Amino acid sequence: MSQNFSLFARMGKDLPLSILHELTYEIQVSEVMTANISTLPPTTLMRAVKDMMRDQRVSGIPIVSPEHQELLGLVSVEDLIRALEQERLDAPVTEFMATDLATALDEEPVVEALKRIETAGFGRLIVVDKLGNLTGILTKGDIMAGLLQTLEKAYRKIEQLQQQEQSHHFFQALNSDETSLTLRYRVQVGDFIKGGHASSSIKKALQQIGATPQLARRVAIATYEIEINLIIHTLNGGHIVARIQPEQITIVAHDDGPGIADVALARQPGFSTASQKAREMGFGAGMGLVNAEHCADALHVWSAVNTGTRVEMIFNVTPQ
Amino acid sequence: MRINEIATIVDGEVLVSPSVDIEVEYAFAADLMSDILAFARPQLLMLTGLINPQTIRTAEMSDIPLILFVRGKRPPELLLTMAQETGVGILLSDYSMYETSGLLYQAGLAGLGKLSMVQQQ
Repeated sequence: MSQNFSLFARMGKDLPLSILHELTYEIQVSEVMTANISTLPPTTLMRAVKDMMRDQRVSGIPIVSPEHQELLGLVSVEDLIRALEQERLDAPVTEFMATDLATALDEEPVVEALKRIETAGFGRLIVVDKLGNLTGILTKGDIMAGLLQTLEKAYRKIEQLQQQEQSHHFFQALNSDETSLTLRYRVQVGDFIKGGHASSSIKKALQQIGATPQLARRVAIATYEIEINLIIHTLNGGHIVARIQPEQITIVAHDDGPGIADVALARQPGFSTASQKAREMGFGAGMGLVNAEHCADALHVWSAVNTGTRVEMIFNVTPQ
Repeated sequence: MRINEIATIVDGEVLVSPSVDIEVEYAFAADLMSDILAFARPQLLMLTGLINPQTIRTAEMSDIPLILFVRGKRPPELLLTMAQETGVGILLSDYSMYETSGLLYQAGLAGLGKLSMVQQQ
């Protein structure tokens, strides 16, 4: 690297320097700066500056014109100390603020801003957009936090990718004449808080054993709609059973009532008998079975009034 | 469009950062979870005024990376915890569903176009 920035030197102890250096080219100033900063008008007295610095624990405050939000200057702790030394806390901020400001563009890469901070020895840069309007403040701390956050995200992404690599082929690791995995869940009636637990667990299991994201999503959405149906419509809740095989996934939901009087009608888009509670939760539009049918390769419903309902969905596992 | 840009456009607040800062390509606004489930796809931003835990479940099932709650309805702590666990990013805006959608559309975030009743990919 061409320049040895002291910030890198401090951060780089346990990290390859080049990664951090590359990141500073990739990240924009706007991504790491502190936005929504407090400003003061030029008529403010230094006394008010002191109060604001104490209360908000900030070390620099931009001074902007109240009419156009135009940036006029920046008052820092150093300026405040000078005012204190001169016992001139009743002087307007314009007499102490710095007007020769170091700025950064919100769209420029962090590396440019960092160079300016390091070479000019500024504690902070004022961030402006193309039109010169104030958008934020950038300190070394902001850059440090932004770099760490980006590194953490990159690390998590790599972990996810590694996990996917490990289970690349559906069920490949297992060897038998007939392999199947059965997962069984109990679904409580009316439990909108835990609702979706079964679908969520089935989706995670599918991801773990190497299902494609598309297959995992199709199964999850269809199972979720059926799970919500058990929560909304049954007398005593029901069960969801997932049978996962290398070529096919079968999801069965069954309950002991009240049963569906007219199954064909229930499968019509928009038909619903859902309660007000279910509607408040965002369900009951009469689209559950329709959605599920669309996600599944086959959907069968058997039902008898006062006996119960059984919904079976089949998903084909297509070779990757 | 990424979460920070969205927050700026809708003058909103990031309540939970997503586990991966995914770029969303489209947005879909609805209070009906079944509607969202019917049209969901990855890289979709969900806008909703509903703040119960099922919104997180819906996002989780359908690989939706970000949820934007509108009209200043602050979701309960339980929902935020679920979002953190599932990696879904959460935003909050004080604008109405109509205005939030308008701001994002104006900024170039696409919708899903004309939709037939069910179009799950």
